[in-house]
Amino acid sequence: MSPISRGFLGRRRPVADPSRVPPGQYVTADFPVLSAGPTPHTPLDQWSFTIQGAVDKSASWPWPEFLALPTETVTVDIHCVTKWSKLDTNWKGVSLDTLLAGVDTAAGYLTAFSDGGYTTNLALEDVTDGKAWVAYEYGGEPLEPEHGGPARLLVPHLYFWKSAKWVRGLTLTLQDEPGFWETYGYHNHGDPWLEQRYQGD
Amino acid sequence: MAGAALPGRLNWQLGTVTELVVETPRTKSLVLDIPQWRGHRAGQHVDVRLTAEDGYQAQRSYSIASAPEDSHLVLTIERLADGEVSPYLVDVLGPGDELELRGPIGGYFVWEAAADPPLLLLAGGSGVVPFRSMLRHRMAANSNVPMRLVYSSRSLGDVIYRDELLAADHGVDVELVLTREWPEDWSGHRGRIDQKLLRELAWAPDEDPAIYICGPNSFVEVIAAGLVDEGHDPRHIKTERFGPTGN
Amino acid sequence: MEPLDGNAIAGALYDVYGAEMTTATGRCTVCGAMDQIAELRVYVRAPGMVARCRSCDSVVFVLVEVRGTTHMHDPCFELMP
Repeated sequence: MSPISRGFLGRRRPVADPSRVPPGQYVTADFPVLSAGPTPHTPLDQWSFTIQGAVDKSASWPWPEFLALPTETVTVDIHCVTKWSKLDTNWKGVSLDTLLAGVDTAAGYLTAFSDGGYTTNLALEDVTDGKAWVAYEYGGEPLEPEHGGPARLLVPHLYFWKSAKWVRGLTLTLQDEPGFWETYGYHNHGDPWLEQRYQGD
Repeated sequence: MAGAALPGRLNWQLGTVTELVVETPRTKSLVLDIPQWRGHRAGQHVDVRLTAEDGYQAQRSYSIASAPEDSHLVLTIERLADGEVSPYLVDVLGPGDELELRGPIGGYFVWEAAADPPLLLLAGGSGVVPFRSMLRHRMAANSNVPMRLVYSSRSLGDVIYRDELLAADHGVDVELVLTREWPEDWSGHRGRIDQKLLRELAWAPDEDPAIYICGPNSFVEVIAAGLVDEGHDPRHIKTERFGPTGN
Repeated sequence: MEPLDGNAIAGALYDVYGAEMTTATGRCTVCGAMDQIAELRVYVRAPGMVARCRSCDSVVFVLVEVRGTTHMHDPCFELMP
Protein backbone atom coordinates (compact mmCIF):
# COMPACT_ATOMS: atom_id res chain seq x y z
CA MET A 1 0.00 0.00 0.00
CA SER A 2 1.42 3.36 -1.01
CA PRO A 3 1.99 5.98 1.65
CA ILE A 4 -0.66 8.68 1.85
CA SER A 5 0.22 11.99 0.22
CA ARG A 6 -0.70 14.50 2.92
CA GLY A 7 -3.51 16.77 1.79
CA PHE A 8 -3.98 15.27 -1.67
CA LEU A 9 -7.57 15.18 -2.89
CA GLY A 10 -7.33 15.20 -6.66
CA ARG A 11 -10.28 16.50 -8.59
CA ARG A 12 -12.90 14.60 -6.65
CA ARG A 13 -15.98 16.21 -5.18
CA PRO A 14 -17.96 14.96 -2.23
CA VAL A 15 -21.32 13.53 -3.27
CA ALA A 16 -24.66 14.24 -1.71
CA ASP A 17 -26.09 10.86 -2.65
CA PRO A 18 -23.46 8.09 -2.63
CA SER A 19 -26.01 5.59 -3.96
CA ARG A 20 -25.57 7.28 -7.34
CA VAL A 21 -21.87 6.45 -7.45
CA PRO A 22 -20.87 2.96 -8.63
CA PRO A 23 -18.19 1.10 -6.68
CA GLY A 24 -14.65 2.42 -7.13
CA GLN A 25 -15.77 5.63 -8.79
CA TYR A 26 -15.08 9.25 -7.83
CA VAL A 27 -17.30 12.15 -8.80
CA THR A 28 -15.73 14.96 -10.81
CA ALA A 29 -17.01 18.37 -11.84
CA ASP A 30 -14.79 18.35 -14.95
CA PHE A 31 -15.43 16.50 -18.14
CA PRO A 32 -12.11 14.75 -18.82
CA VAL A 33 -11.22 14.08 -22.43
CA LEU A 34 -9.89 10.64 -23.22
CA SER A 35 -8.91 9.58 -26.69
CA ALA A 36 -7.09 6.77 -28.48
CA GLY A 37 -6.30 8.89 -31.49
CA PRO A 38 -6.54 12.25 -33.20
CA THR A 39 -9.88 14.07 -33.17
CA PRO A 40 -11.61 13.49 -36.51
CA HIS A 41 -13.16 16.46 -38.27
CA THR A 42 -15.68 15.14 -40.75
CA PRO A 43 -17.49 17.98 -42.52
CA LEU A 44 -21.22 17.77 -41.91
CA ASP A 45 -21.97 17.58 -45.61
CA GLN A 46 -19.98 14.35 -45.70
CA TRP A 47 -21.45 12.92 -42.49
CA SER A 48 -24.05 10.20 -42.33
CA PHE A 49 -25.28 7.66 -39.81
CA THR A 50 -25.77 4.14 -41.11
CA ILE A 51 -27.34 0.98 -39.80
CA GLN A 52 -26.04 -2.01 -41.70
CA GLY A 53 -24.99 -5.61 -41.35
CA ALA A 54 -27.43 -8.39 -40.45
CA VAL A 55 -30.40 -6.37 -41.65
CA ASP A 56 -32.84 -6.80 -44.50
CA LYS A 57 -32.14 -3.33 -45.71
CA SER A 58 -29.52 -0.91 -44.47
CA ALA A 59 -30.61 2.58 -43.46
CA SER A 60 -28.64 5.77 -43.71
CA TRP A 61 -29.30 9.37 -42.68
CA PRO A 62 -27.22 12.31 -43.86
CA TRP A 63 -26.86 15.11 -41.33
CA PRO A 64 -29.91 17.24 -42.22
CA GLU A 65 -32.16 14.17 -42.17
CA PHE A 66 -30.63 13.01 -38.92
CA LEU A 67 -31.40 16.36 -37.30
CA ALA A 68 -34.97 16.08 -38.50
CA LEU A 69 -35.55 12.85 -36.57
CA PRO A 70 -37.51 12.97 -33.32
CA THR A 71 -35.19 13.84 -30.44
CA GLU A 72 -35.08 13.33 -26.72
CA THR A 73 -33.36 15.39 -24.07
CA VAL A 74 -32.03 13.35 -21.19
CA THR A 75 -30.15 13.97 -17.97
CA VAL A 76 -27.97 11.03 -17.01
CA ASP A 77 -24.98 10.08 -14.89
CA ILE A 78 -21.92 8.85 -16.78
CA HIS A 79 -19.13 6.61 -15.53
CA CYS A 80 -15.66 6.23 -17.01
CA VAL A 81 -13.59 3.11 -16.46
CA THR A 82 -10.73 5.38 -15.36
CA LYS A 83 -12.81 5.95 -12.22
CA TRP A 84 -14.39 9.34 -12.73
CA SER A 85 -18.15 9.75 -12.72
CA LYS A 86 -20.06 12.84 -13.75
CA LEU A 87 -23.58 13.29 -12.47
CA ASP A 88 -26.53 14.99 -14.12
CA THR A 89 -25.10 15.41 -17.59
CA ASN A 90 -27.53 16.77 -20.11
CA TRP A 91 -27.75 15.49 -23.68
CA LYS A 92 -29.99 15.80 -26.70
CA GLY A 93 -30.11 13.23 -29.44
CA VAL A 94 -31.97 10.52 -31.24
CA SER A 95 -32.97 7.40 -29.34
CA LEU A 96 -31.69 4.13 -30.72
CA ASP A 97 -35.26 2.91 -30.45
CA THR A 98 -36.15 5.51 -33.08
CA LEU A 99 -33.21 4.56 -35.29
CA LEU A 100 -33.87 0.83 -35.03
CA ALA A 101 -37.63 1.15 -35.40
CA GLY A 102 -37.72 0.51 -39.11
CA VAL A 103 -34.94 -2.06 -39.07
CA ASP A 104 -35.73 -5.71 -39.67
CA THR A 105 -33.13 -7.92 -38.08
CA ALA A 106 -32.44 -11.21 -36.33
CA ALA A 107 -29.24 -9.82 -34.88
CA GLY A 108 -28.71 -9.82 -31.12
CA TYR A 109 -25.59 -7.68 -31.16
CA LEU A 110 -24.06 -4.67 -32.79
CA THR A 111 -20.71 -3.05 -33.33
CA ALA A 112 -20.74 0.73 -33.22
CA PHE A 113 -18.15 2.21 -35.57
CA SER A 114 -16.64 5.68 -35.61
CA ASP A 115 -14.55 8.04 -37.66
CA GLY A 116 -10.91 7.27 -36.90
CA GLY A 117 -11.54 3.52 -36.70
CA TYR A 118 -12.83 3.08 -33.14
CA THR A 119 -15.34 0.33 -32.47
CA THR A 120 -17.22 -1.00 -29.49
CA ASN A 121 -19.67 -3.88 -29.20
CA LEU A 122 -23.04 -3.98 -27.49
CA ALA A 123 -25.95 -6.35 -27.12
CA LEU A 124 -29.11 -5.07 -28.75
CA GLU A 125 -30.87 -5.32 -25.41
CA ASP A 126 -28.34 -2.84 -23.99
CA VAL A 127 -29.33 -0.16 -26.47
CA THR A 128 -33.10 -0.56 -26.73
CA ASP A 129 -36.02 0.41 -24.49
CA GLY A 130 -34.74 3.86 -23.70
CA LYS A 131 -31.17 2.92 -22.86
CA ALA A 132 -29.18 4.57 -25.65
CA TRP A 133 -29.03 7.57 -27.96
CA VAL A 134 -26.96 9.09 -30.69
CA ALA A 135 -26.35 12.46 -29.05
CA TYR A 136 -25.37 15.67 -30.81
CA GLU A 137 -25.91 18.22 -28.09
CA TYR A 138 -24.32 18.35 -24.67
CA GLY A 139 -25.35 20.87 -22.03
CA GLY A 140 -27.59 22.62 -24.52
CA GLU A 141 -24.78 23.26 -27.03
CA PRO A 142 -23.62 21.37 -30.11
CA LEU A 143 -21.35 18.53 -29.03
CA GLU A 144 -17.71 19.63 -29.26
CA PRO A 145 -15.31 17.57 -31.37
CA GLU A 146 -13.09 16.66 -28.41
CA HIS A 147 -16.14 15.14 -26.69
CA GLY A 148 -17.20 13.23 -29.78
CA GLY A 149 -18.96 15.81 -31.91
CA PRO A 150 -20.75 16.07 -34.26
CA ALA A 151 -22.42 13.00 -32.73
CA ARG A 152 -21.55 10.23 -30.33
CA LEU A 153 -23.22 7.18 -28.94
CA LEU A 154 -24.59 7.60 -25.44
CA VAL A 155 -25.11 4.44 -23.38
CA PRO A 156 -24.97 5.73 -19.81
CA HIS A 157 -25.73 2.48 -17.99
CA LEU A 158 -22.39 1.05 -19.15
CA TYR A 159 -18.84 2.38 -18.76
CA PHE A 160 -18.35 5.34 -21.04
CA TRP A 161 -15.94 3.65 -23.47
CA LYS A 162 -19.10 2.03 -24.85
CA SER A 163 -20.44 5.52 -25.72
CA ALA A 164 -18.41 5.71 -28.90
CA LYS A 165 -17.29 9.21 -29.87
CA TRP A 166 -17.55 10.33 -33.50
CA VAL A 167 -20.00 7.49 -34.16
CA ARG A 168 -20.97 6.93 -37.79
CA GLY A 169 -23.15 3.87 -37.49
CA LEU A 170 -23.96 0.43 -36.20
CA THR A 171 -23.20 -2.89 -37.79
CA LEU A 172 -25.72 -5.40 -36.55
CA THR A 173 -24.24 -8.85 -35.99
CA LEU A 174 -25.49 -12.31 -35.15
CA GLN A 175 -22.44 -12.97 -32.98
CA ASP A 176 -20.95 -10.70 -30.37
CA GLU A 177 -17.71 -9.28 -31.81
CA PRO A 178 -15.36 -7.53 -29.39
CA GLY A 179 -14.54 -3.95 -30.31
CA PHE A 180 -11.35 -1.96 -29.72
CA TRP A 181 -11.03 -1.94 -25.92
CA GLU A 182 -12.80 -5.25 -25.53
CA THR A 183 -10.05 -6.80 -27.65
CA TYR A 184 -7.35 -5.23 -25.49
CA GLY A 185 -8.48 -6.54 -22.14
CA TYR A 186 -11.43 -4.45 -21.13
CA HIS A 187 -14.63 -6.19 -20.10
CA ASN A 188 -16.99 -7.31 -22.84
CA HIS A 189 -20.09 -5.92 -21.12
CA GLY A 190 -18.89 -3.08 -18.88
CA ASP A 191 -21.53 -2.64 -16.17
CA PRO A 192 -20.18 -0.07 -13.67
CA TRP A 193 -22.49 -1.33 -10.90
CA LEU A 194 -20.84 -4.75 -11.15
CA GLU A 195 -17.44 -3.09 -11.63
CA GLN A 196 -16.91 -4.89 -14.93
CA ARG A 197 -13.80 -2.97 -15.96
CA TYR A 198 -11.52 -5.71 -17.28
CA GLN A 199 -11.93 -9.19 -18.70
CA GLY A 200 -12.31 -11.60 -15.82
CA ASP A 201 -13.92 -9.07 -13.50
CA MET B 1 8.21 -0.11 2.57
CA ALA B 2 11.78 -1.26 1.92
CA GLY B 3 12.24 -4.34 -0.18
CA ALA B 4 14.91 -5.76 -2.36
CA ALA B 5 14.79 -4.19 -5.79
CA LEU B 6 13.63 -6.87 -8.15
CA PRO B 7 15.85 -7.19 -11.17
CA GLY B 8 14.24 -5.68 -14.22
CA ARG B 9 11.69 -3.82 -12.14
CA LEU B 10 11.42 -0.11 -11.51
CA ASN B 11 10.61 0.15 -7.82
CA TRP B 12 8.62 2.89 -6.20
CA GLN B 13 10.75 4.85 -3.78
CA LEU B 14 10.02 7.44 -1.13
CA GLY B 15 11.69 10.80 -1.17
CA THR B 16 11.43 13.60 1.35
CA VAL B 17 10.97 17.19 0.31
CA THR B 18 13.79 19.21 1.86
CA GLU B 19 13.08 22.51 0.17
CA LEU B 20 10.79 24.22 -2.29
CA VAL B 21 12.16 26.93 -4.54
CA VAL B 22 9.88 29.39 -6.26
CA GLU B 23 11.13 29.69 -9.84
CA THR B 24 8.31 31.69 -11.44
CA PRO B 25 4.74 32.56 -10.38
CA ARG B 26 3.67 29.26 -11.90
CA THR B 27 6.60 26.95 -11.20
CA LYS B 28 8.40 25.58 -8.19
CA SER B 29 11.36 23.29 -7.82
CA LEU B 30 11.13 20.45 -5.33
CA VAL B 31 14.45 19.50 -3.75
CA LEU B 32 14.26 15.88 -2.69
CA ASP B 33 16.25 13.59 -0.48
CA ILE B 34 15.89 9.99 -1.71
CA PRO B 35 17.88 7.48 0.33
CA GLN B 36 17.64 4.71 -2.28
CA TRP B 37 18.41 6.86 -5.30
CA ARG B 38 21.04 5.26 -7.47
CA GLY B 39 21.79 8.11 -9.83
CA HIS B 40 20.52 9.18 -13.22
CA ARG B 41 21.54 10.56 -16.60
CA ALA B 42 20.82 14.10 -17.74
CA GLY B 43 17.48 14.18 -19.56
CA GLN B 44 15.78 11.34 -17.72
CA HIS B 45 12.53 11.66 -15.80
CA VAL B 46 10.68 10.16 -12.87
CA ASP B 47 7.09 9.03 -12.37
CA VAL B 48 5.46 10.61 -9.32
CA ARG B 49 2.48 8.95 -7.64
CA LEU B 50 0.07 10.58 -5.20
CA THR B 51 -2.29 8.61 -2.98
CA ALA B 52 -5.30 10.13 -1.22
CA GLU B 53 -6.59 8.85 2.11
CA ASP B 54 -9.35 6.88 0.40
CA GLY B 55 -6.83 5.14 -1.82
CA TYR B 56 -7.40 7.24 -4.94
CA GLN B 57 -4.17 7.54 -6.93
CA ALA B 58 -2.87 9.85 -9.61
CA GLN B 59 0.44 9.52 -11.43
CA ARG B 60 2.44 11.90 -13.63
CA SER B 61 5.92 12.06 -15.17
CA TYR B 62 8.36 14.90 -14.49
CA SER B 63 11.79 15.54 -15.96
CA ILE B 64 14.70 15.65 -13.55
CA ALA B 65 16.07 19.19 -13.28
CA SER B 66 19.22 18.31 -11.35
CA ALA B 67 22.46 17.01 -12.81
CA PRO B 68 23.68 13.51 -11.96
CA GLU B 69 26.45 15.20 -9.97
CA ASP B 70 24.12 17.30 -7.81
CA SER B 71 23.61 16.35 -4.17
CA HIS B 72 19.80 16.22 -4.28
CA LEU B 73 17.24 15.25 -6.87
CA VAL B 74 15.35 18.29 -8.13
CA LEU B 75 12.05 18.29 -9.97
CA THR B 76 10.59 21.50 -11.39
CA ILE B 77 6.81 21.54 -11.57
CA GLU B 78 4.61 23.92 -13.50
CA ARG B 79 1.16 24.45 -12.02
CA LEU B 80 -1.41 23.71 -14.74
CA ALA B 81 -4.66 25.65 -14.31
CA ASP B 82 -6.82 22.56 -14.65
CA GLY B 83 -4.23 20.15 -13.34
CA GLU B 84 -4.90 17.48 -10.79
CA VAL B 85 -1.36 16.70 -9.62
CA SER B 86 0.60 19.87 -10.32
CA PRO B 87 -1.46 22.18 -8.07
CA TYR B 88 -0.82 19.75 -5.21
CA LEU B 89 2.91 19.62 -5.82
CA VAL B 90 3.24 23.37 -6.18
CA ASP B 91 0.75 24.62 -3.58
CA VAL B 92 0.27 21.93 -0.95
CA LEU B 93 3.46 19.90 -0.67
CA GLY B 94 5.83 21.25 1.97
CA PRO B 95 9.23 20.55 3.47
CA GLY B 96 9.22 17.28 5.37
CA ASP B 97 6.47 15.76 3.22
CA GLU B 98 7.11 12.48 1.49
CA LEU B 99 6.75 11.92 -2.23
CA GLU B 100 6.48 8.54 -3.90
CA LEU B 101 8.36 8.24 -7.17
CA ARG B 102 10.11 5.76 -9.43
CA GLY B 103 12.99 6.17 -11.80
CA PRO B 104 15.15 7.23 -13.38
CA ILE B 105 13.29 6.53 -16.59
CA GLY B 106 14.34 7.09 -20.18
CA GLY B 107 17.21 6.11 -22.41
CA TYR B 108 16.41 8.08 -25.51
CA PHE B 109 16.26 11.71 -24.44
CA VAL B 110 19.57 11.66 -22.56
CA TRP B 111 22.90 13.40 -22.98
CA GLU B 112 26.23 12.49 -21.54
CA ALA B 113 29.14 14.92 -21.36
CA ALA B 114 31.36 12.37 -23.05
CA ALA B 115 29.36 12.86 -26.25
CA ASP B 116 31.21 14.88 -28.87
CA PRO B 117 28.82 16.81 -31.11
CA PRO B 118 27.82 20.38 -30.32
CA LEU B 119 24.56 20.44 -28.46
CA LEU B 120 21.54 22.38 -29.73
CA LEU B 121 18.67 22.45 -27.26
CA LEU B 122 15.26 23.97 -28.02
CA ALA B 123 12.77 24.37 -25.20
CA GLY B 124 9.14 25.45 -25.15
CA GLY B 125 7.92 26.55 -21.71
CA SER B 126 8.59 23.92 -19.05
CA GLY B 127 10.38 21.89 -21.71
CA VAL B 128 13.52 23.61 -20.40
CA VAL B 129 13.60 21.39 -17.32
CA PRO B 130 15.62 18.42 -18.71
CA PHE B 131 17.98 20.92 -20.35
CA ARG B 132 18.88 22.37 -16.96
CA SER B 133 20.06 18.90 -16.02
CA MET B 134 22.17 18.75 -19.19
CA LEU B 135 23.60 22.20 -18.63
CA ARG B 136 24.59 21.45 -15.05
CA HIS B 137 26.01 18.08 -16.06
CA ARG B 138 28.13 19.76 -18.75
CA MET B 139 29.51 22.15 -16.17
CA ALA B 140 30.11 19.49 -13.51
CA ALA B 141 31.91 17.31 -16.04
CA ASN B 142 34.08 20.23 -17.20
CA SER B 143 32.94 19.66 -20.75
CA ASN B 144 33.88 22.06 -23.54
CA VAL B 145 31.19 20.89 -25.91
CA PRO B 146 29.55 23.96 -27.49
CA MET B 147 25.98 24.21 -26.23
CA ARG B 148 23.19 26.47 -27.37
CA LEU B 149 19.87 26.65 -25.59
CA VAL B 150 17.01 28.30 -27.46
CA TYR B 151 14.28 28.81 -24.86
CA SER B 152 10.82 30.04 -25.78
CA SER B 153 8.59 31.45 -23.02
CA ARG B 154 5.44 33.54 -22.87
CA SER B 155 7.08 36.37 -20.94
CA LEU B 156 10.21 37.22 -18.99
CA GLY B 157 8.43 36.35 -15.77
CA ASP B 158 7.82 32.84 -17.10
CA VAL B 159 11.49 32.12 -17.78
CA ILE B 160 12.47 29.35 -15.40
CA TYR B 161 16.04 29.38 -14.00
CA ARG B 162 16.55 32.82 -15.49
CA ASP B 163 19.49 33.88 -13.31
CA GLU B 164 21.17 30.50 -13.62
CA LEU B 165 20.82 30.49 -17.41
CA LEU B 166 22.14 34.00 -17.86
CA ALA B 167 25.13 33.17 -15.67
CA ALA B 168 26.04 30.13 -17.73
CA ASP B 169 29.67 30.05 -18.71
CA HIS B 170 31.17 30.82 -22.09
CA GLY B 171 30.68 27.86 -24.32
CA VAL B 172 27.00 27.91 -23.39
CA ASP B 173 24.91 30.23 -25.46
CA VAL B 174 21.41 30.99 -24.16
CA GLU B 175 18.89 32.56 -26.54
CA LEU B 176 15.64 33.62 -24.91
CA VAL B 177 12.56 34.04 -27.05
CA LEU B 178 9.54 35.76 -25.51
CA THR B 179 6.35 35.07 -27.38
CA ARG B 180 3.52 37.04 -25.74
CA GLU B 181 5.00 39.98 -23.91
CA TRP B 182 8.41 41.49 -23.38
CA PRO B 183 9.95 44.50 -21.65
CA GLU B 184 10.21 47.64 -23.72
CA ASP B 185 13.97 47.44 -23.70
CA TRP B 186 14.03 43.74 -24.50
CA SER B 187 17.09 42.96 -26.61
CA GLY B 188 16.28 39.28 -26.96
CA HIS B 189 13.99 37.69 -29.52
CA ARG B 190 10.29 38.48 -29.74
CA GLY B 191 7.31 36.52 -30.97
CA ARG B 192 6.85 32.87 -31.79
CA ILE B 193 9.77 31.17 -33.48
CA ASP B 194 9.16 31.18 -37.22
CA GLN B 195 11.33 29.67 -39.93
CA LYS B 196 13.40 32.85 -40.25
CA LEU B 197 14.14 33.08 -36.55
CA LEU B 198 14.81 29.35 -36.39
CA ARG B 199 17.38 29.66 -39.15
CA GLU B 200 19.01 32.49 -37.22
CA LEU B 201 18.99 30.68 -33.89
CA ALA B 202 19.98 27.19 -34.96
CA TRP B 203 23.47 26.35 -36.04
CA ALA B 204 24.06 25.54 -39.69
CA PRO B 205 23.35 21.93 -40.62
CA ASP B 206 26.99 21.28 -41.46
CA GLU B 207 27.89 21.85 -37.80
CA ASP B 208 25.99 18.59 -37.37
CA PRO B 209 24.79 19.23 -33.83
CA ALA B 210 23.01 16.77 -31.60
CA ILE B 211 19.58 18.38 -31.37
CA TYR B 212 17.09 17.99 -28.52
CA ILE B 213 13.63 19.56 -28.60
CA CYS B 214 11.34 19.52 -25.56
CA GLY B 215 7.99 21.13 -24.86
CA PRO B 216 4.31 20.92 -25.77
CA ASN B 217 3.40 18.80 -28.75
CA SER B 218 2.72 21.75 -31.07
CA PHE B 219 6.08 23.40 -30.26
CA VAL B 220 8.01 20.19 -30.83
CA GLU B 221 6.26 19.45 -34.13
CA VAL B 222 6.85 22.93 -35.54
CA ILE B 223 10.48 23.17 -34.45
CA ALA B 224 11.40 19.66 -35.57
CA ALA B 225 9.81 20.16 -38.98
CA GLY B 226 11.46 23.57 -39.26
CA LEU B 227 14.91 22.20 -38.52
CA VAL B 228 14.49 19.41 -41.05
CA ASP B 229 13.43 22.04 -43.59
CA GLU B 230 16.65 23.89 -42.82
CA GLY B 231 18.59 20.76 -43.75
CA HIS B 232 19.27 19.21 -40.36
CA ASP B 233 19.44 15.42 -40.24
CA PRO B 234 16.25 14.07 -38.65
CA ARG B 235 18.28 11.20 -37.20
CA HIS B 236 20.15 13.71 -35.06
CA ILE B 237 16.99 15.25 -33.67
CA LYS B 238 15.55 13.89 -30.44
CA THR B 239 12.18 15.00 -29.18
CA GLU B 240 10.27 14.85 -25.93
CA ARG B 241 6.69 16.05 -25.72
CA PHE B 242 5.05 17.24 -22.55
CA GLY B 243 1.35 17.57 -21.84
CA PRO B 244 0.01 20.99 -22.78
CA THR B 245 1.41 23.95 -20.86
CA GLY B 246 -1.50 25.93 -19.51
CA ASN B 247 -2.48 28.71 -21.86
CA MET C 1 -6.36 15.46 -27.73
CA GLU C 2 -2.66 16.17 -28.19
CA PRO C 3 -0.55 13.06 -28.39
CA LEU C 4 2.70 12.68 -26.50
CA ASP C 5 5.49 10.34 -27.53
CA GLY C 6 7.08 7.09 -26.43
CA ASN C 7 9.01 8.85 -23.65
CA ALA C 8 5.69 9.15 -21.80
CA ILE C 9 5.24 5.38 -21.62
CA ALA C 10 8.83 4.50 -20.74
CA GLY C 11 7.78 3.55 -17.22
CA ALA C 12 4.89 1.37 -18.39
CA LEU C 13 7.13 -0.34 -20.97
CA TYR C 14 9.66 -1.00 -18.23
CA ASP C 15 6.88 -2.80 -16.35
CA VAL C 16 6.25 -5.01 -19.38
CA TYR C 17 9.78 -5.72 -20.56
CA GLY C 18 11.83 -5.21 -17.41
CA ALA C 19 14.08 -2.91 -19.38
CA GLU C 20 14.39 0.57 -20.84
CA MET C 21 12.63 0.42 -24.22
CA THR C 22 12.48 3.95 -25.61
CA THR C 23 15.52 3.50 -27.84
CA ALA C 24 14.21 0.19 -29.20
CA THR C 25 12.96 0.15 -32.77
CA GLY C 26 10.06 -1.69 -34.29
CA ARG C 27 8.48 -2.04 -37.68
CA CYS C 28 4.93 -0.91 -38.27
CA THR C 29 3.38 -3.91 -39.99
CA VAL C 30 0.74 -1.73 -41.64
CA CYS C 31 3.00 0.60 -43.62
CA GLY C 32 6.45 -0.90 -43.08
CA ALA C 33 7.97 2.19 -41.46
CA MET C 34 10.64 1.69 -38.82
CA ASP C 35 9.67 3.55 -35.67
CA GLN C 36 11.85 4.21 -32.65
CA ILE C 37 9.59 3.72 -29.64
CA ALA C 38 10.45 7.16 -28.26
CA GLU C 39 9.13 8.69 -31.47
CA LEU C 40 5.78 6.94 -31.64
CA ARG C 41 2.70 9.07 -31.30
CA VAL C 42 1.20 8.10 -27.97
CA TYR C 43 -2.19 8.77 -26.42
CA VAL C 44 -1.62 8.15 -22.75
CA ARG C 45 -5.09 8.14 -21.29
CA ALA C 46 -7.23 6.55 -23.83
CA PRO C 47 -8.17 4.88 -21.18
CA GLY C 48 -5.20 2.63 -21.89
CA MET C 49 -2.02 3.80 -23.63
CA VAL C 50 -2.25 3.74 -27.40
CA ALA C 51 0.88 4.00 -29.56
CA ARG C 52 0.52 4.96 -33.22
CA CYS C 53 2.94 4.82 -36.11
CA ARG C 54 4.37 8.24 -36.87
CA SER C 55 4.11 7.61 -40.59
CA CYS C 56 0.66 6.10 -41.10
CA ASP C 57 -1.01 6.69 -37.68
CA SER C 58 -2.12 3.06 -37.37
CA VAL C 59 -2.34 1.66 -33.86
CA VAL C 60 0.88 -0.33 -33.43
CA PHE C 61 0.51 -1.32 -29.81
CA VAL C 62 -1.70 -0.81 -26.78
CA LEU C 63 -0.73 -0.97 -23.09
CA VAL C 64 -3.41 -1.66 -20.50
CA GLU C 65 -2.85 -1.84 -16.77
CA VAL C 66 -5.09 -4.50 -15.27
CA ARG C 67 -5.07 -5.06 -11.52
CA GLY C 68 -1.53 -3.76 -11.15
CA THR C 69 0.00 -5.57 -14.13
CA THR C 70 0.73 -3.83 -17.40
CA HIS C 71 -0.25 -5.86 -20.46
CA MET C 72 1.11 -5.20 -23.93
CA HIS C 73 -0.95 -5.88 -27.03
CA ASP C 74 1.03 -5.34 -30.22
CA PRO C 75 -1.15 -6.06 -33.20
CA CYS C 76 0.93 -4.13 -35.73
CA PHE C 77 4.43 -3.81 -34.33
CA GLU C 78 7.47 -6.00 -34.86
CA LEU C 79 10.11 -5.22 -32.29
CA MET C 80 13.59 -5.35 -33.77
CA PRO C 81 16.17 -7.35 -31.82
